[in-house]
Amino acid sequence: MSNGSSAPARTSPVRSQRKPSRGSGIRGHEAAAGWLFISPMIVILGLFLVIPILMAAWVSVSDWSGRGSPLASTVGFVGAEHYGELTLGGGLATQDFGTALRNNAWYVLLVVPTQTVLSLFLATLVNRQVLKGRGFFRTAFFFPSVTSSVAITVLFLFLFSASGAVNAALARLSINGPNWFSDSRGVVHILLGAVGVDQAPGFLTANGFMALSWWQWLSGPSVAMSVFIIMAIFTTSGTFMLLFIAALQAVSGEVEEAALVDGCSGWQRFWFVTLPMVRPTIFTVFTLGLIGCWQVFDQIYTGTQGGPAKTTLTPAYLSYQASFESAQWGRGAAVAFILFGIIVVMTVIQRLVLRERDTVPKRKRFVFSERSGESGTRPGAQL
Amino acid sequence: MRRNARSTVLTTLIASGALALTACGGGSSFDEEPTGDATSGGDSGDPGAPLTVLIGSSGDAETDAVTAAVAAWSEESGVEARAQAASDLNQELAQGFAAGNPPDIFYTSTDLIAGYVAAGSLYPYGDQLTNVDDVYPALIDTFTIDDQLYCAPTNFSTLALVINTDSWAAAGLTDADIPTDWESLAAAAQALTTDQQVGLSFGPEYQRIGAFMAEAGGAIIGEDGTTAVVDSPENLEALTFVKEMLANDTLKYPSEIGAGWGGEAFGSGGAAMTVEGNWINGALQNDFPDISYEVVEMPEGSAGKGTMLYTNCWGIAQDSQNKEGAVSLVEHLTSKDVQVALLEAYGVMPSVQSARDDFFEVYPEQGAFLEGGEYGVGLPTVQGANDVIADFNGQLEGLETTDPQTILSSVQTNMQALLDSQG
Repeated sequence: MSNGSSAPARTSPVRSQRKPSRGSGIRGHEAAAGWLFISPMIVILGLFLVIPILMAAWVSVSDWSGRGSPLASTVGFVGAEHYGELTLGGGLATQDFGTALRNNAWYVLLVVPTQTVLSLFLATLVNRQVLKGRGFFRTAFFFPSVTSSVAITVLFLFLFSASGAVNAALARLSINGPNWFSDSRGVVHILLGAVGVDQAPGFLTANGFMALSWWQWLSGPSVAMSVFIIMAIFTTSGTFMLLFIAALQAVSGEVEEAALVDGCSGWQRFWFVTLPMVRPTIFTVFTLGLIGCWQVFDQIYTGTQGGPAKTTLTPAYLSYQASFESAQWGRGAAVAFILFGIIVVMTVIQRLVLRERDTVPKRKRFVFSERSGESGTRPGAQL
Repeated sequence: MRRNARSTVLTTLIASGALALTACGGGSSFDEEPTGDATSGGDSGDPGAPLTVLIGSSGDAETDAVTAAVAAWSEESGVEARAQAASDLNQELAQGFAAGNPPDIFYTSTDLIAGYVAAGSLYPYGDQLTNVDDVYPALIDTFTIDDQLYCAPTNFSTLALVINTDSWAAAGLTDADIPTDWESLAAAAQALTTDQQVGLSFGPEYQRIGAFMAEAGGAIIGEDGTTAVVDSPENLEALTFVKEMLANDTLKYPSEIGAGWGGEAFGSGGAAMTVEGNWINGALQNDFPDISYEVVEMPEGSAGKGTMLYTNCWGIAQDSQNKEGAVSLVEHLTSKDVQVALLEAYGVMPSVQSARDDFFEVYPEQGAFLEGGEYGVGLPTVQGANDVIADFNGQLEGLETTDPQTILSSVQTNMQALLDSQG
């Protein structure tokens, strides 16, 4: 999304240079032909994307009851009422939305970095020339990505059931596995409990945000949500591995060779040569991961429907539930738009953090030469 | 300049495209048709517009039985009518209402009826029904909103205690031990609990535990319908009892024994007793045909008998093109004869009291379920109540490690806030 928006900016100078020659003589009708060719796409996008989004935006600020058209004159404007209910109301709606945000935030926090690192790792592994059976491994790692998420969810439901394969394997190791999909305890709470912190400190329970105390915000993903986190990492890292393989293959052998000649160790070559060169792909993977993770729905719909104890409720599922199960259409649409806002803000922040500054390469080169000069033992310290 | 010209073209194109699209929509559904003249019903001369019946079916037996009943009426009346089973009833209904062409007749659940009524989607036809007096009063109350009966109950279900007779005998228990109160229930569960089997299992939800709350004399909403009475000593007593059974492992939630619901926990042999409704019969026949079991009424609590009562009704859409025909079809579907046919087909309990004896005749061993119709309590029908109940259920999942009072207080707050917001 953001990659696409930056592209025109780069190409625009070229276009403006060419402009005078356009629109005259034999090329005069090119513009009309162009519009003709893209008009089916505009119509389709407008019909199935722009208009529904605009209508949903209207529903989120209206009192539409689900009967007849939302644009009928009987439907009233209620302003930001639904948004207020969700964020400031303090009632059940706020609590549900806060819970959904908490669950999904932990999900994003754990899935996005892990899948990025793992997929880069896998890509580096299967990109090696010396690896035998590369094709097999690439296919194997990529396979979960092409499998339907519903099928994988059902598979995981079986694997992680109380008497499922995972618990059977754990039992072999004399570990009493949890009842994964019905365990609502937060992982952070469990870890704290293991070191003897059972009760929350008063300042954490006394205050809160969105009808949830800070202690609840800090609970971590529930055991049930952790299974979805593992599943998301398992299914998506193959997809992103593919992107990284493409990026790695674009790194020319000469660069690697030059680094070798300069006496870089394998690790240094990865940190200072390969990684900076695949940086745009890291950005893409991060962005795609972020968007995908904030929209998690099918696993929840197929697997747990938000349970146990609402710990796998996500904003996307909450939006569906509010609209279709509770007929609170305005609230459901408002959830969707807040979610949209969150995704946009997150992407912008991440773009700012990961952007390439013109000055960086110079400084880095300087730092690198200085560092490698003084000691070759801590090359990773800079990054 | 040229750039300007181009952007003008672009704007014009998008604008005209958007206009064209909205115009298309306007033709079909953007006008006021839903609230318009459809109320006049079918023309008196011809048999009327064809009818569609949408049901959320429990299985082929139900679909086939309803289809047959609808077809019989269609033949008799000359009105084309067709029954369909929805894969996701709520969603399909929501789409139908939004588009202005919902099915004419559909199952309406207790948790959605208030929303449909508020939106004006339901056609109240209670006053046109002839057999209202025959229907169980509790069912009529459920579907009466603002003193108006909106729709005719289809049938109903209640909860009862289901006992595995083999386990019962193996534990050395006799007919005299059949639980009649909470104490004997706890004792029986204790006796039935072995290494392989837990004494009792049911889902962590108000839809089950509510039976115990009713037995203790508790409720969710007070008689006046405007105050929440969740936080009461009666409800606390019920939750404390359930918590005690959870604590000494004579009661486990189905998920803890690797089952999706109480029936599965019971059928798979993971639990010797369960609290379920009469739908368990079909499930056990299909999935666990070898199990031998007995159904008894829920044990009495300190306030006497109590159970939960579930029902649906035949909603008729306000937007239906043939409401007259639809009411006539519902009359047919709720008549005693058809209800007896349905009960024979898939074991539901007729909503009319006159079919009581027929039920006992067909299912003599299922009497406990039917008895529940006399004293069962339904789910609250206030709009948004299902969100509060869902939250309650979420907290009940953690009942073993939570203070029951905390749960009741938070549900009380939510329920009262909901009732206040109704005005």
